[in-house]
Amino acid sequence: MSSLAQKKGFGAVIWDYLTTVDHKKIAILYLISGGFFFLVGGLEAMMIRIQLMKAGNDFLSAGLYNEIITMHGTTMIFLAAMPLLLAFMNAVMPLQIGARDVAFPFLNSLGFWLFFFGGIFLNLSWFMGGAPDAGWTNYASLALASEGHGIDFYSLGLTISGFGTLIAGINFLVTIINMRAPGMTYMRMPLFTWTTFVASALILLAFPPLTIGLFFMVFDRLFGANFFAVNMGGNTIIWEHLFWIFGHPEVYILILPAFGIFSEIFAIFSRKRLFGYTALVFATILIGFYGFMVWAHHMFTVGLGPTANAVFALATMIIAVPTGIKIFNWLLTIWGGSISFTVPMVYAVAFIPSFVAGGVTGVMQAMAPLDYQLHDSYFIVAHFHYVIVGGVVLGILAGTHLYWPKMFGTMLSEKLGMITFWFFFIGFHLTFFIQHFLGLMGMPRRVYTFGADQGWDLFNMISSVGALFMAIGVLVLLVNVVLTTVKNVRVGNDPWGDGRTLEWAIPSPPPFYNFAQTPLVRGLDTYWIEKMEGNKEGMVYAEPLGDVHMPNGSIIPLIMSFGMFVAAFGALYFLDDTKPWALAVLIIGLGITFGSMLVRSLKDDLGFHITKEELIEDAKRGGNTDGLK
Amino acid sequence: MAHDTPEKIRSHAEHEYLKKKRSTEMRHQLTSFAIMIFLTLIAFTMVAAGFSAYLIVPIILLLAAVQVVLQLYHFMHLSNKGHGTVAFFMFSGMFVAFITVLALVTIVWW
Ligand code: HEM
Ligand SMILES: [Cu+2]
Repeated sequence: MSSLAQKKGFGAVIWDYLTTVDHKKIAILYLISGGFFFLVGGLEAMMIRIQLMKAGNDFLSAGLYNEIITMHGTTMIFLAAMPLLLAFMNAVMPLQIGARDVAFPFLNSLGFWLFFFGGIFLNLSWFMGGAPDAGWTNYASLALASEGHGIDFYSLGLTISGFGTLIAGINFLVTIINMRAPGMTYMRMPLFTWTTFVASALILLAFPPLTIGLFFMVFDRLFGANFFAVNMGGNTIIWEHLFWIFGHPEVYILILPAFGIFSEIFAIFSRKRLFGYTALVFATILIGFYGFMVWAHHMFTVGLGPTANAVFALATMIIAVPTGIKIFNWLLTIWGGSISFTVPMVYAVAFIPSFVAGGVTGVMQAMAPLDYQLHDSYFIVAHFHYVIVGGVVLGILAGTHLYWPKMFGTMLSEKLGMITFWFFFIGFHLTFFIQHFLGLMGMPRRVYTFGADQGWDLFNMISSVGALFMAIGVLVLLVNVVLTTVKNVRVGNDPWGDGRTLEWAIPSPPPFYNFAQTPLVRGLDTYWIEKMEGNKEGMVYAEPLGDVHMPNGSIIPLIMSFGMFVAAFGALYFLDDTKPWALAVLIIGLGITFGSMLVRSLKDDLGFHITKEELIEDAKRGGNTDGLK
Repeated sequence: MAHDTPEKIRSHAEHEYLKKKRSTEMRHQLTSFAIMIFLTLIAFTMVAAGFSAYLIVPIILLLAAVQVVLQLYHFMHLSNKGHGTVAFFMFSGMFVAFITVLALVTIVWW
């Protein structure tokens, strides 16, 4: 188990990643697969914008258009944005709290593979008879009427990847509650850790309603139940409720970690302690609570009645308050700081006005009477892209630049980064700002074309050009990644020079055991405190150097998830008369999953120890071995 | 790890303190056990006495809530030190679930 640094062949590296339980490598897996799905979703977006480029276009047929918008939304939310955020949470949060790994490394890997196979399953629908076409919200009256198996790919795929996300959320909660280094009290946790914490709590509470909804959907469509079938005494509105009870917290699951990344960036590149740290923490918690009490604002036009609409309208407006608190705290953090406009900082500064614009339209939509005008128009499309692209995606891009050196040990080029930024930022506003007006002019959402006499031609054309700009920005980012990787200029612990939190006190990338000695935390911005006191090592230690206990890698999570993947095909074809083998496939798949669970439970795996001598030896070599064995 | 937990050697004072603490804990458990039996009796008697359902149902729900709290604090050790986070999560989870279910049920079926 020793020999820490060795050159290994390509096959060994692949095997290492397939079996890894190391949070830093799982982060890289999330980054790669999330990035891949981001490109897939982006391609779908480009096709939508090409179709809407001019009146009466026939680039896509109406049916295909429905499939593409559905897959675009579903892919972007569940398979791109969430995994990319989970990548940063995995890469950074354990380092920020001074932990050697997450609480359950095995589950961490299981969570990733479930997400991965769920995503692959969903996307296989393209090649196996057609993708889902009832929108990312999959409203039951549409979904139950949809022909073919598209919807089943949606519900089964999301069930599987949803389990993965739920596992990841629980894992982070336990990690943050139990594995903080000595001295790391709750009120000393970096803001990114805080937002990870609250977002994980939201995952824990929000995913079960979705799972229930999806279960009902699966049973209605594949096993002959009638939960949502109105003609059989079911209630189609209940799907909408279940979906949005999950759906609104979901948007906060996305935005809170992005808030966390921006909070880190503002403090680092203003070289100041975060203004109003306590207020930021409590605003985060408050948003977490409110997030659950507003779901019906997506259903104002369903006919819930004036009382329900009024209650949910008010509750929705209240959410803007803690969000506003955060905006002011960030502004006051920048105020009077010694600012350096690096790429992450530029993203963060651009985020503020973009996100505020999305918040303002949100409050407008929260007024139920007005929402009768806005609902299902392009105004809504503009709103949620302003919050999701202007908030979450800018956060992910900023985080990519900020944490790239910590994850890979190299710096992305600042120059190319700026090019990406300007293309993306200008393209983003070009695409979506004008959609507010398209919405007000009456252009409905989710309709595959429009007429030349409706006066929407020019604005749609501008919108499509904007999308092209964003695509160029993303391509430049890819070039940047390739060039940086090829050049391979290694960087030290604190490449930005102004790191404040623990992750910047250790090598980039960190050794696979993270901290040779558990650090002692003496206040908020731990690393900054040590730097200011002239501590060359950047840390004080809570324990003497000793043996470190590490978990073994395992292929079981991959096999377990693969079993679910196989079983999903069985369930999918269960009712088809032409496919009698479906039941067998279902049983085999579940057999693989439960069999590997059994192996996992019966086989003791006590992990291994890195001895003190090996740690000393490793430190002499610079300390950033990746533990390939 | 379970296999390297060191043996604890307690002083006399510590020992006495633990003993005292355990006996108070025991007393609390017995009292709450008695209360719980009593609450159950009330519930059964009410049903047997044939009061109106509009009276019985809310009272039984209330008694059930009291039972849950007693159970959590006296038998499942929620009152012990270091359970603050657990309690916070449980109660906020229950709160969120309660509000959600209540709102959902009233909107859909009222
Ligand atoms: C100030 C805070 C916010 C308010 C008051 C707000 C309000 C609303 C309302 C009322 C709707 C429903 C409009 C309709 O369909 O008629 C809506 C839709 C939406 N919002 Fe927001 N929102 C806020 C922040 C956010 C954030 C932070 C995100 C995501 C990061 C987000 C994502 C979405 C999405 C995805 C939809 C559309 C869902 C769909 O129909 O497909 N919102 N918002
Ligand atoms: Cu919402």
